[in-house]
Amino acid sequence: MIEALFWPALLGYGEAAFAYASVRTARVATWGVRLGWLAQTALLALEAVRADGFPWASWSGSLDLFVWLVVGAYLIWGCRDSFRLLGLAVMPLAAALFVVARVGGGTGAGARPDYPSLFLVLHVGFVLAAFAGFTLAAALAALYLVEESRLKRRSADILRLRLPPLTSLERLTRRTIVWSLPLLTLGLAAGLVRLRQEGRPLDALEAFTLVTWLVYGGFAVLRPTGRHSAYLALAGFALVIVARLALAGSHFG
Amino acid sequence: MSSLALVGLSHHVAPVELRERVTLDLPAAAGLARSLGDAVCLSTCNRTELYVVGEDGGRAAAALTEIAGEPLEGVLYRLHDDAAATHLFRVAAGLDSLVPGEGEILGQVREAYESVQTGPLLDRVFRQALSVGKRVRTETAIGESPASVPSAAAALAAQVFGDLTGRRVLLIGAGRVGELAAANLASRGADIAFVANRSAPAAQALAQRFGGAAIDLAHLEEVLGDVDVVVSSTGAPGTILQAGDVPAARRRPLFFIDIAVPRDLDAAIQTLDGCFLYDIDDLEAVVAETISGRRTEAVRAERLVAEEAARFAAWRASLEVVPAIASLRAHAEQIRRGELAKLGGVSERERRTLDAVTQQILNKLLHLPTVRMKEAAAGADGASYADALRHLFGLDDER
Repeated sequence: MIEALFWPALLGYGEAAFAYASVRTARVATWGVRLGWLAQTALLALEAVRADGFPWASWSGSLDLFVWLVVGAYLIWGCRDSFRLLGLAVMPLAAALFVVARVGGGTGAGARPDYPSLFLVLHVGFVLAAFAGFTLAAALAALYLVEESRLKRRSADILRLRLPPLTSLERLTRRTIVWSLPLLTLGLAAGLVRLRQEGRPLDALEAFTLVTWLVYGGFAVLRPTGRHSAYLALAGFALVIVARLALAGSHFG
Repeated sequence: MSSLALVGLSHHVAPVELRERVTLDLPAAAGLARSLGDAVCLSTCNRTELYVVGEDGGRAAAALTEIAGEPLEGVLYRLHDDAAATHLFRVAAGLDSLVPGEGEILGQVREAYESVQTGPLLDRVFRQALSVGKRVRTETAIGESPASVPSAAAALAAQVFGDLTGRRVLLIGAGRVGELAAANLASRGADIAFVANRSAPAAQALAQRFGGAAIDLAHLEEVLGDVDVVVSSTGAPGTILQAGDVPAARRRPLFFIDIAVPRDLDAAIQTLDGCFLYDIDDLEAVVAETISGRRTEAVRAERLVAEEAARFAAWRASLEVVPAIASLRAHAEQIRRGELAKLGGVSERERRTLDAVTQQILNKLLHLPTVRMKEAAAGADGASYADALRHLFGLDDER
C-alpha cells in the first residue's frame, strides 16, 4: 500500500523531466517536482516508520534518499523561472535514479541492523546530502558551459532563449560546492572513525570517495574561475557517479 | 448610446515629413482634444490620433487637416465604436508600433488620457487600453528582448554579468551608437569609468557626462584590467586593440562590444579565455532574432487584445439595454409605491413590513429578466429585447 506512493512521485518527476523543455510548460514542470517530492517524502517517511532502525543504509535505499535530497536541493536552489534548463538537467537524472533505486529494492532492502542509527544518520545522511549538492553543482556547471559556448559562438538567439547570466551560474556552482564539502567531510570522518574501530582496510568506494573529497577540496582551495571551474565541478561529479553506481557493490556488499 | 470615433494618421501610411507636422506636444494635444469636447489626442512621433465621443469624426479630421496644412485624404483613417476601441487596445499593447511590443507607447497613451477630463465612454476605453497594455507585457514575452543595437549590447552584457550595478565600462570613441550603448549600460547601473577618444576635448566632454575619467587612446592597455565591459565605436581605419593587449591574468570575464566599421577590436580577442566579443554584425543578428521573437509573441498578444475587445463590445452592448432595465425597474417601483399608498388601517410597523416584503418580491421578480437582458445585450439581440420590454410594459426611457 505504502509502495503505491512511488508512482505519483515518479509521475511528478517524469513529467518535470519532459515539461522543463518548453518555457510554456515550465511552471507545470515545477509543480510536478513539488508534488513528486511531496509524494516521495511521504513514501520515505512511511518506510522509515515501518522500518526497524535507519532504513537507507542499503545501496538502493541510499540511492532513494539521494534522489530525494537532489530534488529537495533543486527545489531550494534552482527552482526559478530563469533556471528552467537546470530542471531539464536535474530531473531526468533524478527520475532515472529513482527508478534504478526502485528496481534495486528501494528503501529498507538489505538494511544494516549491525550499525547504530546515529552513525548511519551521520555517515549516510551527510555523504548523500553532499553528493546531492555536488549533483546540483554539476548541473549548474553544465549550464555554465552551454551558456559560455553560446556567447562564444555569438548565437543570435541568445537573448530569446535565455539562460541565467554566466557569473550567476559560476557563483552558484561555487557556493553549492563550498556548502556541500563540509557535509562530505563530516560524513567521511564518521565513516573513517568507524573503519578504525572495526580495523578493516578501505574498500574501493571509500577510497574513491576520498579522491572525490580531494577534488572538491582542491576546488574550494584553488577557487578556479570560468570554464575551468565548470570542468572541475563536472570532474568531481563524474567521480560521484562512479562512486554511487559502479563501486557501490564493494561498500554495500 | 454615445458613439466613439477615431481619426488619425500613423507610420503605416503617413510619411515622416507629414507626421512631424501633425505631431503635438502634450499640452498642445490636450488643448486640441478639449477644443473637440469629449476627446483624447494621442500624439507621438509615429502617430497622431483623435478619439472623440458623440460625433462621426468630421471635426477631428478637419482639425488635423488644418494642423497639417494640406489635405489628408488617403493617409487619414477613421474607425468607429468597437473597431476604434480595438485599435486603441492594439496601440497600447505595442502591436501597432514600428517595433512590435515597443514599451514607450503605453506611457504615452496614459499621458494622453490623463491630460484631459473624459466622459464615461472614453474613460472606460482608455482605462481598458492601459490594462490591455499591461496584460500583454506581463502575459507575453513581447517586450522582454531588446529591439535596437545599443539595448542589445547592454542586454548581452547583462547575460554575462547579471546585475550590471557597479560593473566598470571603458568607452572608446565618441560614436553615436557607442554613446547610446554606454547610456544603456549606465541605465542598468554600470559605471562608465573611462572614456578614450582621439580628440581629448570630446573624450573629456563625454567622460564628464557619464561621470568617468577621460584617458588617452595610447593608454587603453593600462585600464583593461580594471574594467568589465569595453564599448568601442571609433572612426579609426584599423584595429586599435589587439588580443595581445588584453591582460591574461584575469579572474572575471571581459565583454567587448565593437560597433565600429571598420572594426576597432582584434577578432582574436574572442578566442581568449573569459573574453566575449560582439561586433556590429553579431549585434544586428541578435536584434533581428529578438524582433522575430517579438513577432511570434505578437500572435499571442493579438489573442489577448481580441479577448479584451470582446469584453469591451459586451460592455458597450450592455449599455443599450441599461435604459430599458432602469425604466422597467422605475415603472415597477412606481406601481409598488402607488399600491402601498392606497393601504389604509395599517400601523406604521405593518407598513414598514409590507414595504420590505413588496420590495423583496419586486427584486426577485426583476432579477432574472435583468440578467437575461444583459446576457442578450452581450449577443446581437440586445436592441430587440430592449424594444420588446418597452413595448410589453409601455415603457419610456425618459421616464
